[in-house]
Amino acid sequence: MMEKRIRVLVAKPGLDGHDRGAKVVARALRDAGFEVIYTGLRQTPEQIAEAALQEDVNVVAMSILSGAHPHLFPKVVELVRANGMNDTLIVGGGVIPEGDIPALKEAGIAEVFTPGTPTGNIVEFIKANVK
Amino acid sequence: MDIVKDLLNGSRLALSRTITAIENEYDEAVDIMKELYPHTGHAFVLGITGPPGAGKSTMTDKLARAYRNMGKTVGIIAVDPTSPFSGGAILGDRIRMNSLTLDEGVFIRSMGTRGSLGGLSHKTADAVKALDAFGKDVIFVETVGVGQSEVDIVKAADTTMVVLIPGMGDDIQAIKAGILEIGDVFAINKADHDGADKLQMELNMMLDLDGEMKEWRPPIQKVIASQGEGINELVAQLDKHYSYIKENGVLEQRRHERTRTELMELLNASIGRYITNSIVKTGRLDNYLEDIKSRANDPYTIVRSLLDELLVK
Amino acid sequence: MSTEKEKIQAELDAYNASVEKAVAKFPERPNLPEQRLYTPLDIKDTDYADEVSFPGVYPYTRGVQPTMYRGRFWTMRMYAGFSTAEESNKRYRYLIESGASGLSCAFDLPTQIGYDSDDAISEGEVGKVGVAIDSLADMEVLFDKIDLGKVSTSMTINAPASVLLAMYIAVAEKQGVAADQLKGTIQNDILKEYAARGTYIFPPRPSMRLITNIFEYCSQNVPKWNTISISGYHIREAGSTAAQEIAFTISDGIAYVEAAIKAGLDVDAFAGRLSFFWNAHNNLLEEVAKFRASRRIWAKVMKERFNSKKEKSMKLRFHTQTAGSMLTAQQPNNNIVRVALQTAAAVMGGTQSLHTNSRDEALALPTEESVMVALRTQQIVAYESGLADVIDPLAGSYYVESMTNKIEAEAWDYIKKIDEIGGAVSAIEKGYIQKEIQDSAYKWQMDVESGAKVIVGVNKFQVEEKPVEGLLRVDASVGEKQKAKLAEMKAGRDNDAVKAALAALENACKDENENLMPHILGAVRTYATLGEICGVMRKVFGEYEAHTNL
Ligand SMILES: Nc1nc2c(ncn2[C@@H]2O[C@H](COP(=O)(O)OP(=O)(O)O)[C@@H](O)[C@H]2O)c(=O)[nH]1
Ligand SMILES: [Mg+2]
Repeated sequence: MMEKRIRVLVAKPGLDGHDRGAKVVARALRDAGFEVIYTGLRQTPEQIAEAALQEDVNVVAMSILSGAHPHLFPKVVELVRANGMNDTLIVGGGVIPEGDIPALKEAGIAEVFTPGTPTGNIVEFIKANVK
Repeated sequence: MDIVKDLLNGSRLALSRTITAIENEYDEAVDIMKELYPHTGHAFVLGITGPPGAGKSTMTDKLARAYRNMGKTVGIIAVDPTSPFSGGAILGDRIRMNSLTLDEGVFIRSMGTRGSLGGLSHKTADAVKALDAFGKDVIFVETVGVGQSEVDIVKAADTTMVVLIPGMGDDIQAIKAGILEIGDVFAINKADHDGADKLQMELNMMLDLDGEMKEWRPPIQKVIASQGEGINELVAQLDKHYSYIKENGVLEQRRHERTRTELMELLNASIGRYITNSIVKTGRLDNYLEDIKSRANDPYTIVRSLLDELLVK
Repeated sequence: MSTEKEKIQAELDAYNASVEKAVAKFPERPNLPEQRLYTPLDIKDTDYADEVSFPGVYPYTRGVQPTMYRGRFWTMRMYAGFSTAEESNKRYRYLIESGASGLSCAFDLPTQIGYDSDDAISEGEVGKVGVAIDSLADMEVLFDKIDLGKVSTSMTINAPASVLLAMYIAVAEKQGVAADQLKGTIQNDILKEYAARGTYIFPPRPSMRLITNIFEYCSQNVPKWNTISISGYHIREAGSTAAQEIAFTISDGIAYVEAAIKAGLDVDAFAGRLSFFWNAHNNLLEEVAKFRASRRIWAKVMKERFNSKKEKSMKLRFHTQTAGSMLTAQQPNNNIVRVALQTAAAVMGGTQSLHTNSRDEALALPTEESVMVALRTQQIVAYESGLADVIDPLAGSYYVESMTNKIEAEAWDYIKKIDEIGGAVSAIEKGYIQKEIQDSAYKWQMDVESGAKVIVGVNKFQVEEKPVEGLLRVDASVGEKQKAKLAEMKAGRDNDAVKAALAALENACKDENENLMPHILGAVRTYATLGEICGVMRKVFGEYEAHTNL
């Protein structure tokens, strides 16, 4: 076992085009030594799950600013798990009201990062929880 | 072994996990490769190289679609550089291939160079084998063409395509040395920009000078990858080259050459690892270093005696 | 004169020497301006008549109207539009009753990228960030009992701007209001969608055609309409600096003007209807300098580069919105203070209209109460603060004038570089503008994380907080309701007329010389849906693929 690297899919599900956060996080993860696969805007849950499978990522990190997270985040979890990727850590971020977080966690989102979260916290969380 | 059976039965997860094992040099990778090996050797492997931003990924996307339209299944290995500072990487080739993601006949895998440049070529070669055993008809390997390592990776290919773009001006002299001999087919991309004709002319001149004695004169195809223009023509050229190397024994010769290289590399790497492991584990390495420092012994004698001791049995 | 300068220089040197030691005792704060003090020496080369001049006089550094707010205040325009047309209509009427002088419509994401509510891709997005508009039927409800002859309406719509404008014209027709009476703005700025905001549909070339079609159509039929709002707002939100915001946006503006001229329009026939959209960010004085510099640059561009003859064409009129990205989810009441300062910047910078964000927008869509506070903020600045009492009150400030010069110079450098790359369209295609924005965004984030940049409540002065209560939630059933409405509408319309209108549009799309606006209006009148109309255009024009370079 020599060169294991944490691989992260950074994805933007939904239709909003605000990828400032996703891109900043992608760069911060790279600078933390992760391999980041960035797939760009308007990814459907199906596309995200399939990319996660082909890339065999350890982490799927998603960002949504449109409010579509209650629908899209759980869908991604469901599809990733259906592909047999049971250990993949799935996290989300964006404009997400505090009140929505319990339901998202219930649905299998390991952690939700709201605006203002330092990228360092995201790195730490992934390091501590990745399998 | 389950993962092999699953892979051969068409499990994309098993394929994906196999490539991870290869990439991370997991111990089981060797066993997996051993079992996959008999199932390899069917795919057409196309290497695509060229400077960053030339449009390699865009072109791969369009070529893959063209092959899919012909009913062929496609595997793609896209290699991007790892940051030497952090060891991390942003692997951004997929972003040009989003429309292929949900096509079950396509499997795309991104890889970082991970600093281990020597080892990368055999890792990509093994990943290609995994896709081959999985049953992919055409396998693309995209790498940034800037150095020896990329040239090595491209050696895994049956046909190598070099992508160039206009506006590189005098750089062409500089690239000439590295790429002229590895290109079987040249694509001049971004032909919508000025200077494509000029580049084509210069390239033609160089290839004519270079290619006097060769049987295959690499064709040059102008392409606008972002608009899909010239892609069908390019596919025709690639097919022509593939037929040529098949019919003239070149393919066989290349694969023979490749098998030889792989065997030698594997052998050298394994022997090296075997010896290194045994002297590191026993702590003998430190003693040797002490001896060398105090000039009680020298590296040459030590290596000779180690070979005698560990290999000649 | 020069002895005067020498005297100031000598005194400045003495001052610097005297404080050097004292200052050295304090820890250095990062990201500060180069100097601690600005003096007449910093603007000694600025010629008042040429560079600053008077309001309403070239190069308009001090404002585009001679009277500015001594005539009338800026338009206090409040964002509204969420979930369904019925809900939004209620909010509009409430705002008009509360004294808002203009409406601002936000559309949901499916509408912004040309999909109907019943499209699979719209799942989960319908009515989320704005109102869902599928057809003329929704637009009729949206403006029910609102006199389109009186109100001025700003629509945040870009890729399908032509379709939404056509719907607005069609609603007015039904109200009996002629098109030449309509006032308002469509954003219609596709280049910043590629560069920063992400709600594009078609590739650049057909998109630019649609835009010039609108310029031409409106100059003849809807003359009071602002046909484009060239937007730096989103570029800034994506993380750019102040100078980048105006530089990239003015480069976009240059590209639009060039496209229109190339399409055969006379510069002065349309340039007067171009308007801009700026961000009001946290650094008050820098922002004022930015607004002033932007006016000066655009005036020079129009006069020197495009040989415009009409003053109106040279005047950079702009709408402002306070910076949404600077609102914090932490201690949200602090946002009221931020917005007040940003409002001050926009007003001292001479904006023509202003939207103020609500304190809870970092968390969710604003509630009615917080929208009211945001509107009151503008009214307090207008009526109580005195900031609007004289024109361009910061002119002559050594610091603000020299920063205006500095931002202008930085912006020109960028504009020149983009010209060298081949203009804004090429620079976007090559990912240059995106990369510059991302680098600035990353630097900002790293500065915040290292503490080099302090955000109160986020990386300093934090407190334990309870989750905020009473946030506005979009009714989860909006999507279903909208789908049902759409199905009902489709069942009731004349489908043959729809087909014929769409076929005519398709043919027009294929003919580069045809103006598409009349055909889109024709289709809209038959109740063809937004998705159907954009679908036809997608078929002919193709779709844009993003050029992300990280
Ligand atoms: N103008 C033009 N741009 C192209 C063309 N092909 C690719 N591009 C753009 O060139 C950039 C780099 O392309 P990419 O495929 O990522 O290049 P790679 O680094 O070689 O893989 C992207 O913005 C593409 O959209 C082309 O034929 N013409
Ligand atoms: Mg690439």
